[in-house]
Amino acid sequence: MSLEVNGKSYEVDEEGYLADLNTWDTDVAEAMAVADGAPLDTSHWEVINFLREYYEEYQIAPAVRVLTKQIGKRLGKEKGNSKYLYELFPYGPAKQACKYAGLPKPTGCV
Amino acid sequence: MNMLHTVNKSPFENSSVTSCISMCAKDNSILFIEDAVISVMKATKFTEMIESSLKDFNMYALKPDLEARGLSLDNVIEGVKIVGYEEFVDLTTEHDSVQSWL
Amino acid sequence: MSEDAIIKKFMYVNRKSPYGTIYALESLEVVLITAAFDQEVSLTFTDDGVYQLMKDQKTDGIGMKNFSSTYAALGDYEIKKIFIDKESLEERGLVLSDLQELVWEDEDEDYAEKSSINLVSRADLSKIMNEQDIVMSF
Repeated sequence: MSLEVNGKSYEVDEEGYLADLNTWDTDVAEAMAVADGAPLDTSHWEVINFLREYYEEYQIAPAVRVLTKQIGKRLGKEKGNSKYLYELFPYGPAKQACKYAGLPKPTGCV
Repeated sequence: MNMLHTVNKSPFENSSVTSCISMCAKDNSILFIEDAVISVMKATKFTEMIESSLKDFNMYALKPDLEARGLSLDNVIEGVKIVGYEEFVDLTTEHDSVQSWL
Repeated sequence: MSEDAIIKKFMYVNRKSPYGTIYALESLEVVLITAAFDQEVSLTFTDDGVYQLMKDQKTDGIGMKNFSSTYAALGDYEIKKIFIDKESLEERGLVLSDLQELVWEDEDEDYAEKSSINLVSRADLSKIMNEQDIVMSF
């Protein structure tokens, strides 16, 4: 399966996750969000960028509990809670944000 | 018969390495690959066995497998030659036959 | 997770070298999944399992994913107890400084990093294993 954005083709799996993390760019992230009906703003990008950094360092997408805790640490307590993250990513912060970040579905995500 | 033996199991896991050494003929070659590269490190329980066998056999260890496991090339027993994939192929063709100890 | 959730003590015992078999990677996946369910998880590295934590693993040459950096995330998953078998290190001519340092962050102390690593004898390991609800070996 593939996703066409601005004339560029991105290989994706049946759930819409990028097949190859290295093909990711901001365009494909934006396009995925628009397709889900909610364009990305600065708050979304804070989380997406965090996820990409986390993956770079640890080679995994963090479980939602880990994501929440780390966001709280890096971006402030008021953002480190599931209410805030679910408002940003209503389909589930780990699942949806990981998809936009070009990462595989988080380990432990059922 | 000029034989190349390859071993791919850790000597701590099973007896492949020790069996190979005990059944290897003089002047044969042994190539340690995958988890068997652990055998050629200094200061392990098996170091003495490997060192004393070096006078009878040529011993080689595959560099990418050492590096993958974080095993420092500086800690490989002296006399064991560190080789890459190309030399692995050369060794295979230079010997009359290859025995893989699984 | 509900208030009355059952929390059990899980210990994962890692006994194999990485890359030669799939055990090390599979264990790590199961560990992360268990920890994501708020269970009390500890890890033991014994026998060839101690090689899983070696520093400076470089897997480009064998074409496999280097998962050694993932162990550093264990602290984020609230895994604060990592037991290293002293005798296994000694048999292999290794010392603790050959292995990665693993830490967890204490939220109550401004995220101060605390070591998760415990160097233990086999006799101690035996006792610790007997205190677990579930022990799984890989």
